[in-house]
Amino acid sequence: MQSIKKLKEYGIFIAFLLICITLTIISPQFLTISNWLIIFTQVAINALLAFGVTFVIITGGIDLSIGSVVAVSGIVVATLAHPDQFPLIIPILGGLLTGLFIGILNGFLITKSKIAPFIVTLGIMTIGRGVALIISNGRPISNLADSFNFIGGGEILGIPFPIIILIIVFSVCSIVLKKTVFGRYVYAVGGNEQAAWASGINVNQVKMAVYALCGLLSGLAGILLTSRITTGQPNAGVGFELDAIAAAVIGGTSTTGGIGTITGTLFGVILIGVLNNGLDLLNVSSYYQQVAMGIIIIGAVLLDSWNLKTNR
Amino acid sequence: MNLILEVHNISKSFSGVKVLDNITFKLEKGEVHALLGENGAGKSTFMKILMGLIQPDAGKIFLEGNEIKHSNVHDMMKRGISMIHQEILMVSELTVAQNIFLGKETHRFNWLNESDIYQKSQQLLKTLNVEIDAHTKMKFLSIADRQMVEIAKAISNKAKVIIMDEPTSALSDREVSTLFTIIKDLKNQGVSVIYISHKMDEIYKISDRITVLRDGKYITTKNTHEFPQNELISMMVGREIEDLFPVIETVRGNTILTVKNLTKKGKFEGINFEVCAGEVLGIAGLVGAGRTEIALSIAGLDTFDSGMVLIDGQETNIKSPKDAMKYGIGYVSEDRKALGFIPHLSVKHNITLSSMPKFSKAGFMSDSREETLALQMNHDLKIRASSIQQKVLNLSGGNQQKVVIGKVLLSNPKIIILDEPTRGIDVGAKFEIYKLINDLKIKGLAVIIISSELPEILGMSDRILVLSKGKQTAILSKSEATQENIMHYAVH
Repeated sequence: MQSIKKLKEYGIFIAFLLICITLTIISPQFLTISNWLIIFTQVAINALLAFGVTFVIITGGIDLSIGSVVAVSGIVVATLAHPDQFPLIIPILGGLLTGLFIGILNGFLITKSKIAPFIVTLGIMTIGRGVALIISNGRPISNLADSFNFIGGGEILGIPFPIIILIIVFSVCSIVLKKTVFGRYVYAVGGNEQAAWASGINVNQVKMAVYALCGLLSGLAGILLTSRITTGQPNAGVGFELDAIAAAVIGGTSTTGGIGTITGTLFGVILIGVLNNGLDLLNVSSYYQQVAMGIIIIGAVLLDSWNLKTNR
Repeated sequence: MNLILEVHNISKSFSGVKVLDNITFKLEKGEVHALLGENGAGKSTFMKILMGLIQPDAGKIFLEGNEIKHSNVHDMMKRGISMIHQEILMVSELTVAQNIFLGKETHRFNWLNESDIYQKSQQLLKTLNVEIDAHTKMKFLSIADRQMVEIAKAISNKAKVIIMDEPTSALSDREVSTLFTIIKDLKNQGVSVIYISHKMDEIYKISDRITVLRDGKYITTKNTHEFPQNELISMMVGREIEDLFPVIETVRGNTILTVKNLTKKGKFEGINFEVCAGEVLGIAGLVGAGRTEIALSIAGLDTFDSGMVLIDGQETNIKSPKDAMKYGIGYVSEDRKALGFIPHLSVKHNITLSSMPKFSKAGFMSDSREETLALQMNHDLKIRASSIQQKVLNLSGGNQQKVVIGKVLLSNPKIIILDEPTRGIDVGAKFEIYKLINDLKIKGLAVIIISSELPEILGMSDRILVLSKGKQTAILSKSEATQENIMHYAVH
């Protein structure tokens, strides 16, 4: 009985281990340090987005605009990052502030207009894509400074720089959600918005902050992507929001709010990364990879709801 | 004896814990049978088994002499067992008639016959003597009217047994008497009612027999008129409770709260009162008299149009619950699910929720201080949870209420407003909350209690403010107040 319960609780983790073991047996390349460095480098962008959207989803909201924010901030960054134009800090700040601005705009519209987050961020998603195309005239922006390209392509002590960013952002987000008053309020607002308000929490402030944070992290993801592909692409980031939401959900974040962790989301991100990597190694077509992803998403949520029921 | 429902030796365990232990229960045709027990006695599990929501581990159920095995909700409903829930389950965007006929719409080749269900619903409501338009959307009805619609729905299901779980918890006295008339009619038609309530006076007014459960075990069944109240209560709690309302005399301190000419159009007008440190002010009145509305306006959950709220003689400027807390006003809502606690957070995190800035530095929390304070409060209020890490979701109503009170107390209020503090709470926990209120009085807090239960208001208050239709009709001292003159002023 106890062991069955355990199995359910860690079901998704066990599934993950099984996938890893299978891949290790089938493909000798899978369990190598270089391959895992590739996996983590590949998932870094999705991780940043997923961490941001986890905060939003825990408050009971959603942010569909993050893919477009990646594109807009990417375009802004690329425009500012031509060689010998500005010091490195300027394009970085430009990208971050662009993301932050759009995030605040999302938060402002959601708290002031009382329109559902789904609708607001859907609108901003479309506007953002349009703005990216307008600024860039619909063309990719290339010829970026070498110092800038280090962000996505460089290494420190053999560790790719995106992984270092991933570790830092993971630690910060994790601590913010677990150890700060703001983090507690995020759970409270998502768990019962009315009760949180009646308990003296400034609910609108909390909501503003999560959308701003999500925007900021999307801006950072935009910088990372632009540097990795050494181009500003107005069409970059299409569908990224769905991967991020998928990772959060696989990691146990409840779409009705109040439940979720950054560690869980990181796990979701890695699972998606491993699955894609493994299927690549096995030369499985990307068409099938999508089918596998969908099965994992539904399976993870199914396991979760199963858990909630048995824990009653 | 003409038995409609027989339950033999039902047992049920959840993850190793016996929730029901060998329960036997017999329901006669056309009787009102009260089922009593403290929260956690197993009443709701028992009802869930009768509803077919869960299956018993052992035992047998007979309906009209036929054994029922492996049933589900749908099946039980068809066989004639319906339940009126404590929290009403209805689709708020559908009309009254659409709700009554939900799941059994009349149709021809899947084309709905709307006029038919409206006609039948209206007729049904007429037989219940209630004036509700079947075309109204559910969300526009009062709680009392929604309950009447639930009953209409049960009747339309041709129910033989209707289970009523705390049906009067949100009803005014007049609505309660309408409900009781309906119950008597149902009895005469041979329908049996299982009546669950914590309100003793109602049990004695409406029930024919009483069955008591305690800690998942069957204790006794007796005819109501042969079952004195003190014996009944001691059977329920398993010990004697001498005086439900422990009276404490305290020295009245300074005036804490002064309300001057408080008015909100359409809700209340010209409200004037004061509350001192070490004093309990009761607010009485019928449902809809504006009791809760006044509390919401004082505690910053709602606004008011004119008048003043003063704390320690200083005028306040309150725009949100957060502002009110800064002035030392704490509010415990009548609706603890909606406004009280965060279900997925632990006991600890709920208790500390309103006081977070107190034990944080630069936005970071001090885990150890939070733990200490929450443990202390948990101990003081005798919250029964497996640990303070347990989710509030999984606690009984009484313990959830204690958590909410604990949260407000930890924010260190000067005045605490308790709105229906014992609604849906069993006798044992009620008694503990009354003792707690006295403790607060001794500590020098100003306390306001709003309650629909007159014995509670009479037993606990030093002075009683009576409201009628949004206006204040009397402030009675303890010596003046009786049930009769409170009612007199309440219907003024």
